[in-house]
Amino acid sequence: MAVRQAAANRRRAVAVGLCVALALAFAFAMYLGDYPVAVPAIVQSLLSPLTGLTDRGVDFIVLQVRLPRAVLAMLSGASFALAGITFQTLLRNPLASPDIIGIAHGASAAAVFCIIVLGWSGLAVSFGAFGGAVITALAIYLLAWRNGITAFRVVLIGIGMAAMLAAIISYLFTRARLNEVQQAMAWLVGSLNASRPGDSFVLGGAMLVLVPLMVALLRGLDAMELGDDTAKSLGARVETTRLGLMLVAVGFAAFATAAVGPVGFVAFVSGPLARTLLRGAGRGFVHAALVGALVMLVSDLLAQHLLPAVQLPVGVVTGACGALFLLWLLMAQGRSGQVN
Amino acid sequence: MSANHQLLAAGLDLAYGERQIVSALDLAVPPGKLTVIVGANACGKSTVLRGLARLLAPSRGAVYLDGKPIHQMPTREVATVLGVLPQSPIAPEAISVTDLVGRGRYPHQGWFRRWTPDDDKAVAEALAATDTSELADRPVDELSGGQRQRVWIAMALAQETDLLLLDEPTTYLDINHQVEVLDLLTDLVRHRGRTVVVVLHDLNLACRYADHIVAMKSGKIVAEGQPVEVMTEKVVADVFGMTSRIVVDPVSNTPMVVPIGRHHTIAQAAPV
Repeated sequence: MAVRQAAANRRRAVAVGLCVALALAFAFAMYLGDYPVAVPAIVQSLLSPLTGLTDRGVDFIVLQVRLPRAVLAMLSGASFALAGITFQTLLRNPLASPDIIGIAHGASAAAVFCIIVLGWSGLAVSFGAFGGAVITALAIYLLAWRNGITAFRVVLIGIGMAAMLAAIISYLFTRARLNEVQQAMAWLVGSLNASRPGDSFVLGGAMLVLVPLMVALLRGLDAMELGDDTAKSLGARVETTRLGLMLVAVGFAAFATAAVGPVGFVAFVSGPLARTLLRGAGRGFVHAALVGALVMLVSDLLAQHLLPAVQLPVGVVTGACGALFLLWLLMAQGRSGQVN
Repeated sequence: MSANHQLLAAGLDLAYGERQIVSALDLAVPPGKLTVIVGANACGKSTVLRGLARLLAPSRGAVYLDGKPIHQMPTREVATVLGVLPQSPIAPEAISVTDLVGRGRYPHQGWFRRWTPDDDKAVAEALAATDTSELADRPVDELSGGQRQRVWIAMALAQETDLLLLDEPTTYLDINHQVEVLDLLTDLVRHRGRTVVVVLHDLNLACRYADHIVAMKSGKIVAEGQPVEVMTEKVVADVFGMTSRIVVDPVSNTPMVVPIGRHHTIAQAAPV
């Protein structure tokens, strides 16, 4: 049918456009930097695993510094985006993204606890953050459960949980020494400055497991978007699909947060941005992942190169842009008279 | 398509948490007929429909589809035989009419069986049957209440089930659209052999369109049968707590309930 075809064309066009933008951003990420490297040398270095042509100096800059950072930016951006759009779709509320309903706060509180109270650093803090995210998500789910889950309760309890965890973080700060506070603050803002190639492998491995699970569960969402009763009568297994998707989304959020810290607003903006581009032509999970990767990569480029001689954490850029987006969203919704 | 599927409730208790709504209900849905459930607000008629549709698990008794307990059957299998239109379904933001109606094909698709020409055909037929073909490209958000209701019915039709249960499908509709929807359901029963169960508020339309009418009060069936047998002044008084006169509908020759309130009665009405 013509409508179906037009929607498919639009989905493809948007996906291609996003891929082109992502490729451009990736090219800039390889090219820009304090140490100038000519374009042919970058290409040669990127292809060196295939061709065997090596140049130790250039290879270090490209393969050990710029490439891992760009890859981690894209993987974590896509993960945040998938976590965000899953929650937003399941709970039918653009505010219901994991960085707003407290899951990121859970990761943060756990990480700050690990740094300040336990004196941990590096990978151990990431493990702590992962655990914090999962435990917070479970707590929200259990507290919101009353013969089933309603979106409204999850959002309210999540926001309450976020406030409580923020208070815990503040309390931990009052007890800490200055250098610990500095380390904890750096983690809290979220940054790719300290990224290691290992981070990409862990996150990439997690995504290899989580993405197929999500694809398997997404079919049920077609029915669930019509409300629980309609979904059940269409033969969808509503509670199983919802719990499964939430677990997968928490997985995405937790692994991404463990890798780069609670980078704000990427989870929150990617889904709505993708849907704005699609204009009703689809649910846009793939597109949201591309938007997330793009937002993260571009934000990190801005963070690195916007101010001369200062490397900002990427969270500062996403935070500033995301806050503007939140205001815009609230105003747009206010105009159309929708509350959620 | 022929109506050879049997839907039956036996000793059915339905409850929301502690609150018992329906108790010991027995109901055999007559196949190939249009059954209408009527009753006062909060009498449990929507709850019965949800129970029949396996959306609400019984606290006692069971619902049987072709002799098998419906709550123990794979929900996908049930969905190819029994379709439901709940009272307030939700349309995702910015979804188009075609896309929404296409969601009705969900139980016919699977991991490896994606969209096929059969699905296109079912959607096109459902749109045509509900007179919504020309709305196909429009976003559901922009439709009027009546159009939207017809699109939802199209979604349920696209599911192509022998049994179709609808919870107050005429609410929010103008009288002309109410009649249109009920005409459409009658077409399904008479020309396609479907079995339809509807919850309705309007007693006179219920009496006109029902092959089989079920009157409920406080979670129990008070009377059931053909409208002309069921709809008496006594039953109306019992079910709705209202005095009335039953006259003959001049158009359809079916019972018509004329309510009697405290005002606007002819002062000295001739004794009946």
